Amino acid sequence: MFWTVTQSLLSGLWTTFVIFILTLIFALPLGLVLAFGSMSKFKPLRYLVQLLVWVIRGTPLMLQLIIIFYGPGLWLSHNIWSGNEAGRITATVVAFTINYACYFSVIFRGGIEGVPAGQSEAGQVLGMTKRQIFFKITLLQMIKRIVPPMSNEIITLVKDTSLARIIAAYELTFAGFSFMKSAGLTWPLFYTGVFYLAFVGILTILFNFIERKLDYFK
Amino acid sequence: MSILEVSHIEKHFGGTSVLKDVSFSMEEGSTLAIIGSSGSGKTTLLRCLNFLEKPNQGTIAVKGEMLYDAANAKSERESELRRKRLHFGMVFQSFNLFPQYTALENVMLAERLLAEEQPDFKQNKKEIYAAIEEHGKQLLDRMGLSERMDHYPHQLSGGQQQRVAIARALALKPDILCFDEPTSALDPELTGEVLKVIKNLAKQKTTMIIVTHEMAFARDVADHVIFMDGGVIVEQGDPHQVIDHPREERTKQFLSRYAQG
Repeated sequence: MFWTVTQSLLSGLWTTFVIFILTLIFALPLGLVLAFGSMSKFKPLRYLVQLLVWVIRGTPLMLQLIIIFYGPGLWLSHNIWSGNEAGRITATVVAFTINYACYFSVIFRGGIEGVPAGQSEAGQVLGMTKRQIFFKITLLQMIKRIVPPMSNEIITLVKDTSLARIIAAYELTFAGFSFMKSAGLTWPLFYTGVFYLAFVGILTILFNFIERKLDYFK
Repeated sequence: MSILEVSHIEKHFGGTSVLKDVSFSMEEGSTLAIIGSSGSGKTTLLRCLNFLEKPNQGTIAVKGEMLYDAANAKSERESELRRKRLHFGMVFQSFNLFPQYTALENVMLAERLLAEEQPDFKQNKKEIYAAIEEHGKQLLDRMGLSERMDHYPHQLSGGQQQRVAIARALALKPDILCFDEPTSALDPELTGEVLKVIKNLAKQKTTMIIVTHEMAFARDVADHVIFMDGGVIVEQGDPHQVIDHPREERTKQFLSRYAQG
């Protein structure tokens, strides 16, 4: 039985990992775009982005996931997601990307605005171009500032992937839960927790490493 | 011929007028001190010279070359201003060293980036970088920081950081070195070492403009003093005249506040 459970959980873990990594790949750049949008001098764009961020951060991710997965089928009377596992995962990644890009954008914005204006002024008076100022001066200081809040957010993402269960994507929590439903077993649930802990543990080590790497300056 | 010619500079932020018809000139190798209370416009004037702010009116010329003319400032592209800024060096009140670079790297960074634009950079990269490093070390040595070259800014005292900032500003050999209250952010016991360095630069005939609150220092080191109030130059002249025997009522009031303090 232990082996069967392990196999199921590993397959669930794979889905969890896919949702996690694809969300990061899409949400990180989208978050940066939204961050620049929310700081834009063009007011309509700025307000639009701020409205989006407010709506997304102000409503539950589970609700957003349900709307994105079931909405198109009901409005367009055909389901754009196709009913299979791949369709469910795609819908999950879309919902998660939008949600996490909004959270990331706020962190990025804080990181960019947190670098004192004097830094880019010092670059300007030394004859540097805007590009040189961003890549040689501002960027690393911004990264250092955002590592702690980003690591929090990314660790939250690991656990949020369990919300995909609501649209029946076979991720880690779904896998663990299925043994309780079918065989009345509760220990697979605790076993599932161990998988999450290991996942988060690896990320924690990684982030600590990055933080230590950037510790040489203040 | 004067090295710097500033004529009829006006600057306003929104509805507030910060500089009103400011004109002055200075000679090569001289030191100019600008004094005045906070909000008198002296820092804004310095920022205009470095094009961190663009004057709404007036002209700035260095060595007879017109660098900035507000009348056709719209055509001033950032890329042109970038080159023109190099006539001026700037030392900030809060140092603004780059925290991720060592003292030496701070001094070398701009010179290295400019070297990349030279046509022969790719062939002679090693020699060029070696020369820049040599130059950077010399500058820090002159600032009395030969032992601190590989330290990061947060490992240095305020006085040491400001001396690195001076070396960094000197690295590009500006015609005129500007100081914006260089000792205001320092603990009193650290101001001496920075003032000493500036004094030495004056002795070596570095052309400098110093915005300062240190009256004794201004009198000591400057060849010429400008007193500003409310965005205008109220009085200017020989330091002993302006500081010890001011003619204008506003100058007297300002200086008496310092004498009491």
